[in-house]
Amino acid sequence: MPSITKPLIPLSPLPKNDLGLTIRDYEGQMSTLCAGCGHDSVTAAIVHAFWELSTPPHMIAKLSGIGCSSKTPTYFVRGAHGFNSAHGRMVPIATGAIAANRELTYIGISGDGDSLSIGLGHLMHGIRRNVKMVYIIENNGVYGLTKGQMSASADIGSRPKKGEANALAPIDPVTTALSLGATFIARSFSGDKEQLVPIVKAAIAHNGFALIDVISPCVTFNDHEGSTKSYKFMRDHEVKEVQTDFVPIRAEIRAKIPADDAIKVTMHDGSVVQFRSVPEGYDPHDRMKVEEYIRDRQSRGEIVTGLLYVDESAKELHELNATPTSALAKIPYASLCPGAATLASMQEDFR
Amino acid sequence: MAIDEVRDQRTQVNDFAIKLANVNGTGSASANSLLMQAIFRMGIPVSGKNLFPSNIQGLPTWYEIRVNRTGYTARALDYDLVVAMNSQTYAQDIADVRHGGYVIYDSSWPLDPDLSRDDVTFLGIPLAKMCLENFKAPRERILMKNIAYAGAVVALVGIDVELVADLLAETFARNEALRDSNQRALRLGYDFAMEHFRCPLPFYVERMEANGTSILINGNLAAALGCLYAGATVAGWYPITPATAVMDNFIQLCARYRREIVASEDPDVPDTTRNNYLIIQAEDEIASIGMVLGAGWNGARAFTSTSGPGISLMNELLGLAYYTEIPAVIIDVQRTGPSTGMPTRTQQADIMMCAYASHGDTKHIVVFPANPYECFEFAVQAFDLAERFQTPVFMLSDLDIGMNDWVVPELRWDDAYVWDRGPVLTDEDLSRMSEFFRYNSANDDFVAARTLPGSNEKGAYFIRGSGHDKYGHYTENPPEYQEVVDRLKKKHAASAAHVPAPVIERRDGAAIGVITIGSCDLAVREALDQLADAGLPADFLRVRGFPFVAEVRAFVEEHEHCFVVEQNRDAQLRSLISIETGVGIEKMHPVLAYGGFPLSAQQVVDSVLAKLEN
Repeated sequence: MPSITKPLIPLSPLPKNDLGLTIRDYEGQMSTLCAGCGHDSVTAAIVHAFWELSTPPHMIAKLSGIGCSSKTPTYFVRGAHGFNSAHGRMVPIATGAIAANRELTYIGISGDGDSLSIGLGHLMHGIRRNVKMVYIIENNGVYGLTKGQMSASADIGSRPKKGEANALAPIDPVTTALSLGATFIARSFSGDKEQLVPIVKAAIAHNGFALIDVISPCVTFNDHEGSTKSYKFMRDHEVKEVQTDFVPIRAEIRAKIPADDAIKVTMHDGSVVQFRSVPEGYDPHDRMKVEEYIRDRQSRGEIVTGLLYVDESAKELHELNATPTSALAKIPYASLCPGAATLASMQEDFR
Repeated sequence: MAIDEVRDQRTQVNDFAIKLANVNGTGSASANSLLMQAIFRMGIPVSGKNLFPSNIQGLPTWYEIRVNRTGYTARALDYDLVVAMNSQTYAQDIADVRHGGYVIYDSSWPLDPDLSRDDVTFLGIPLAKMCLENFKAPRERILMKNIAYAGAVVALVGIDVELVADLLAETFARNEALRDSNQRALRLGYDFAMEHFRCPLPFYVERMEANGTSILINGNLAAALGCLYAGATVAGWYPITPATAVMDNFIQLCARYRREIVASEDPDVPDTTRNNYLIIQAEDEIASIGMVLGAGWNGARAFTSTSGPGISLMNELLGLAYYTEIPAVIIDVQRTGPSTGMPTRTQQADIMMCAYASHGDTKHIVVFPANPYECFEFAVQAFDLAERFQTPVFMLSDLDIGMNDWVVPELRWDDAYVWDRGPVLTDEDLSRMSEFFRYNSANDDFVAARTLPGSNEKGAYFIRGSGHDKYGHYTENPPEYQEVVDRLKKKHAASAAHVPAPVIERRDGAAIGVITIGSCDLAVREALDQLADAGLPADFLRVRGFPFVAEVRAFVEEHEHCFVVEQNRDAQLRSLISIETGVGIEKMHPVLAYGGFPLSAQQVVDSVLAKLEN
C-alpha cells in the first residue's frame, strides 16, 4: 500500500510547543519513498519548522505537483489541508488558493522536473507576482518516478546511472530566481537539518515568495560516482559561508540577539533573521553581489548554501492588489452583489 | 406560397439591410455602430454584425446592419444598400447589392466603369474631398469621412438626424473639439445627401415602439455582469480574441462596484482603497484555470474567460477539477478553429471539446446562451451549478454573441437570490461528526460534502488527481477506483435537471423538427417562419444545457424529419445528442454553417428544403 498510517507511539514526555502540540502532531503518513531518500530529511525539517513555530496545523495548506518530491506533503502535518495537483502546475493552483484565502500559511513542495522543466514558466511568474508562499525544490537532478532520466538541473558531465553524460547546461533555480527579482532565495542540503530548519522558518515568515532549493540526493538513481547531486559530492563541495539564525517573535528570545553589527532582517511578522556569518563584503540585500559570489564559487565547482538573498520590503500579491486583509472567500454575498437597483440604473447607459 | 415569394414579401418601411465596407483601423466601427444605435433608439428592431479581420490596420472589414420590424435580426445575405468605402473589396461589395439596390461610394475619384451595374443605383459623395476642405489634421480627415458617410446614410434611410446628433454629443461629452468636428462631419454628409439625392430611398425607417425597455449590449459585457452579480471574487485569465472583453469588462465593473474606500484615521494619511476581488492576468491559459481551481478549492467563486485555443491548453487541469471535484466556471467565447483558425470569426466548434474536456473518462456541465441576455443569466447559473455539483461548468458563448451589440430585454436581478454554495461543511458541522472523509457522503445529486481549507483538523484532507477511493485516499484497487468514477457519472447525469431547460416551440401540423443551439437562435426562428409560410410548419427545440434532459431525445423521435442546425463542420451537437441520448444519428440531418460569419435564415431554409426535396 502506498499510503500507510504512521503509528502514533507515545514516547515518554515529548516537548510541547505553544499550542501544546508535540512534534508527532506535525507528522504525516509513513513515507513510501526509497530508504535514505533526501526528501525524507526535508520532510523532517518541515515538520520541525512548523512545530517550532507553533503554526496551527489546520491553518497550513500544503501543495505539490507530480513526482517523488510532490508525494512528500502526505508525509508532514496530517492536520493540514493538502493538494497534490498536476505536473508543474502547483504554482498557479497555489496562486489562486492564496488569492482566495490569504489567512493560511502556504507551502509548496516541488522537484527539479516539476519546477525547472514542465513548470518553469509558472515558477517564474509565481516569483514575479511575489505570491506569499514557501516554495521548496527538492532537487536531485533526476526524474525518479520514471526511473532515472536526467533533469534540467543536472550539471554538464553529470552521469545518469545508465547512458551518456549530460551535455546541456543546467538551469539553476537560485541564479534564475535572482535574475527574476525573487524576494527570498536560499539553497540548502537535505543532509543538513541544522541549516535547513531555520531557513524553512524564515521562509514561512517571509512576506512573499520564498524559494528554497534543497539539494536532495536520489539514492536510487543519482547517488553514484559521476553525479553532482549525490551525498558524497555535496559533502565534498558544499560551502557554508552564509549562515543564519531565525529568531521567532518572542520577547524572551529577542533579548538574546547579540548587539553586534551582524546583519539582521526583521521579517514581516516581527521575527528576525540574523546572519551569523557571511563572507567578507557579502550583503544579502544586494542582488548583484550575491549573484557574483554564487557564480564565482560555482566556477570553482563549489555549491554555496544558506539564506542567500532576502528583500523584505517588496509587496506581495495581495498588497499589490489592495485586497482586504481577511480572505476574499469569506466576504458575505451581500457585500459582493451590487443589487437590482444598480443593475437597473446602469442599464440606462445601454439604451 | 413558394419560398421565393415568401422571401419577396419585403415592405419598404423598417425592413432592409445595409452593408458597410471599410478598411480596418480607420475609425469606421464607431460611425457604423452610431447608425445602429440610432435605429435602436427609434424603437425599431435592429442588429449590427461586425465582420472584422484579425488585424489592427489596413485589412477589409464590414459592418452589417439589419433593420426588421418583425424582429428578424439575424444576418441577412441580400443588401439593399452598400456603403463601399474600401477599394480593395469594391468588386465583391458591389456584387453583393441586391437587384434594385443602392451603392454609396466616394466620388472624390471616378469609379472604375468595370464595376458598374445597370440594376443598381450608384450614389457618389465626394467624401475625401469634403473632409479635405473642412478638416485640417490628417487623422481627422480620415476619421471624419466615416461620420460624413454615416450622415449621408442618416438622410438616405430617414434616421432622425437630431437623434444622431444627440448620440454624438453623449459620446464626446468630455471632448469639445471632437464633438464639434463630429457634428460638422455628420451635417456635411447629411446635407450633401439631402441636396443631391431623393431622400429617403424606397426603404427607410419609421419610429416604432418595439424596443420598450430593451437594451443594447454585447455578450461579453453581459457575461462579465453575470460574474459580478454571481459574486465571483477571483479570476485568472489570458488575453485572447474574442474573449478578452469579458475580463476587460469584469475589471472595470469590479473597479466600480467592488472597490471600497477605507477612510484613514490619520488626517495626514490619505484614504486607501480596498478591492473585494483579485483578478490575475496569468502567464497562459494553463495558469488561468489553475488559479481558478486553487480559488475554487478555497471556497471563492472563481472563473476564467477564454476561447477554443485556451480550452485546448486547459484540458489537463479540467480533468483534475473534474476528478477532484472542484467548482470552476469557464466562459468560452468560441471562435473559428482549428488551431489559430480565424480568431475574429465566429463558430460553435468547441461543443465536443468542452463536453468531454481532458483525458480519461470525463463529462462536464455546459450551458449554451443564445444572446447577451442569456449570457448574464447563465453566467450566474454556471456558478450555482459549479458549486452545487463541485465541478467545472462551461458557458459556451461565441464571437457573434460576445462582440456584437444585441437588442435584448432589460437584464433583471432578484435581490432575493441566494447563491448556491453546494454541500460545504463548517467546523460546527464537523463537530457533530465522528469523522470526515471527502467523498463518502453523497447526497441525492451524488455530490459529497466538502470542507474548505482552514476548517479544523477533522476536516483536513488531501486532494489528489491520482487514483483515490471514496475516502479520498490513494488507491490502485479496481473496485475502489470504479466506485468513485461511477458516482461522478451519476453526478453528471443528475445535473441535467438543473441546467437551463431547452426551449421548445411547437406548430400545428409540424412533421419537421429543428434542433439548434446558441447564436443560431434568431436565424432558425426566422427560417421556421419562412418554412411555415411556405407550408412546411416545423417544431423548434433549442438546447441550452448539457447533459441533456429526456425531452431532447423525445423531440428527435417524434419527428419524421429532424434537423440539427449548428455552426461547425462536423455536426458536433448532432453527435453529442446521439452519443448521450442513444437516439440514432441517422434520425438527425445536419444543417451546418461554418465559414465564420453569423448564420442567416436563408442558409437554414435552403438546407432544409434541399434535404426534403431529395
